[in-house]
Amino acid sequence: MLVRFFNDLRAGGVPVTLPEFLGLLEGLEARLAALSPEDFYYLARMALVKDERHFDRFDRVFAEHFAGAEKLFEKLAAELPAEWLKPLTEKLFTEEEKSRVAALGGWKQLLETLQQRLREQKDRHEGGNRWIGTGGTSPFGNQGFNPEGVRVGQAGSRERRAVKVWEARDYRNLDDAVELGTRNIKMALRRLRRFAREGAPEELDLDGTIDSTARSGGLLDIRMQPERRNAVKLLLLLDVGGSMDPHVKICEELFSAARAEFKHLEYFYFHNFPYERVWKDNRRRFSAITDTWTLLRTFNSDYRVVFVGDATMSPYEIEQPGGSVEHWNDEAGRTWMQRITAHFPHLVWLNPEPEDRWDWTASIQITRALVNQRMFPLTLDGLDRAMRELKRKTLYTAPDVS
Amino acid sequence: MTQTRFAGTDRYVATPDLMMAVNAAVTLARPLLIKGEPGTGKTQLAEEIARSLSRPLFEWHIKSTSKAQQGLYEYDAVSRLRDSQLGEQKVHDIRNYIVKGRLWEAFESEVQPVLLIDEIDKADIEFPNDLLRELDRMEFYVHETRELVKARHRPIMLITSNNEKELPDAFLRRCFFHYIRFPDTETMEKIVRVHFPGLKKELLAEALATFFSVRDTPGLKKKPSTSELLDWIKLLVAEDIPPEALRSDDPKKTIPVLHGALLKNEQDVHLFEQLVFLNRRAGR
Repeated sequence: MLVRFFNDLRAGGVPVTLPEFLGLLEGLEARLAALSPEDFYYLARMALVKDERHFDRFDRVFAEHFAGAEKLFEKLAAELPAEWLKPLTEKLFTEEEKSRVAALGGWKQLLETLQQRLREQKDRHEGGNRWIGTGGTSPFGNQGFNPEGVRVGQAGSRERRAVKVWEARDYRNLDDAVELGTRNIKMALRRLRRFAREGAPEELDLDGTIDSTARSGGLLDIRMQPERRNAVKLLLLLDVGGSMDPHVKICEELFSAARAEFKHLEYFYFHNFPYERVWKDNRRRFSAITDTWTLLRTFNSDYRVVFVGDATMSPYEIEQPGGSVEHWNDEAGRTWMQRITAHFPHLVWLNPEPEDRWDWTASIQITRALVNQRMFPLTLDGLDRAMRELKRKTLYTAPDVS
Repeated sequence: MTQTRFAGTDRYVATPDLMMAVNAAVTLARPLLIKGEPGTGKTQLAEEIARSLSRPLFEWHIKSTSKAQQGLYEYDAVSRLRDSQLGEQKVHDIRNYIVKGRLWEAFESEVQPVLLIDEIDKADIEFPNDLLRELDRMEFYVHETRELVKARHRPIMLITSNNEKELPDAFLRRCFFHYIRFPDTETMEKIVRVHFPGLKKELLAEALATFFSVRDTPGLKKKPSTSELLDWIKLLVAEDIPPEALRSDDPKKTIPVLHGALLKNEQDVHLFEQLVFLNRRAGR
């Protein structure tokens, strides 16, 4: 029945699986969604979507289906014998409504009115909305457009309210991932999980205990050891806008993969090259900014820093004060980069540009020199190398900034 | 069983989607994962469900050092080892050293209990994976005594998360999911009414207006949440602040009274003072 909806959700980037889908069907069978589109929407959402970041995608697919369902209903209503609808509506309509139906001129008239209303509804969609149903033959329509939907044609307002729940797209802001096909990148990032034994001893060290008990002639001597814990802290600095636009997708994939792996993960955005300010919210990049000095003071040097950027720009943007393309910077990008590399010994730069083209761009060469050749391509292999670099114990010490 | 459907309580305002989520989880006996901003009443929900359906509540609060095994049982090897050195008699029965966890206790409950696993994201990333079979089948195996512990009644399981870590897919697949959104003004009014039935209308309106304008301030490190609003109103009532004190020509021009309840770190207070200062200058 709802299989198409299920497939469309998957195509729309909501990671739904079969057991979840069966859960929804189970819920429908238990009559949890009592004949109201909102209830059905809530039930479907809670059963199928497991992350608020996917709510928006779910809403879009749902809206598309709902629009399709209306079209389907229109088609059906044109062909449908009145007797089909009659028992359905009789069950749902109150006496008062029935008399109003009679006043409208009987069922035939009602169906026409209904069709007209539906056409109005469709027009509204096509007018102001960009997700117009593509389907029209969706079997989901029967479900989504449940009997109470029929009543809607009459009352008008109820359905509109229902439509709004998923068309409001309240969760758009939470969608920070583009695609979840990030398994590869995730695998590489996993190398970063350095299991260091740190902190207070809290685990029984069995081998140590046996050893030291034996040494003290059988008298029990318990040895404890620190627990294994993921101690990696990561600071992501992402280039947005301008020449990076084609790479934004791949960056966001990396970002969404990275979120899962670390206890401490901070991210900031910059444009083309890091200067005296970075920001967290791209929509408020001019109001909600963070001072780069604050950044350097806030995060101590055991943070691993990953730059993601194509480093493709005019060399002036790195070398000259005031070289930035979007604001006046008092100090050159080079100075800021040197400060950052001096503060964070564990640092890599990931470049989405193909590695063989690096030598052709002057700014990439400069940046490479600035990060002491620790630039890696944004491929699985490049990530591997970058992670190995971040794990290294012997540290690179930057020359003094004078 | 007095009641089988959850519809909020006299102390807790539930939105329709939340009610649907809870009822579906109860009916289909699936764990319900609750996410949302801190202070939106995730933990309280479990207490209210237990209260309104009159079920016993088992709480398991997760810390960063929690292990999945601790929820099932723990084998106290160290004290057994010690007892063996002292020649105690009970050392011969391993059962004396098995300490039951919260999950085991919930499984043994005579009536269907409510089990709260609070802040699951605080634990290690492998933690949820270690609970998969327990969530699925509601049973586990005690290796030391070779017995299988099965739930008498599948508990109504609530799991809360603050989104500090992402949960594994296999775990998510077994849960229903609900995201508690930050309440809109209308719902917020209802919530405050539930907690302060005698509150004056004017004070409520002023307090809510101030609260939402504070929340809308860009760049706040920690946005005040529902629980903070409730604390603040409690203070306002206790200090008997008149509604006029909250009102000014422009709410942005003054720092709200008793702001300590709303703003929780000095950077935020500082930021707010700066904004107020700027607004005052601009207004002149």
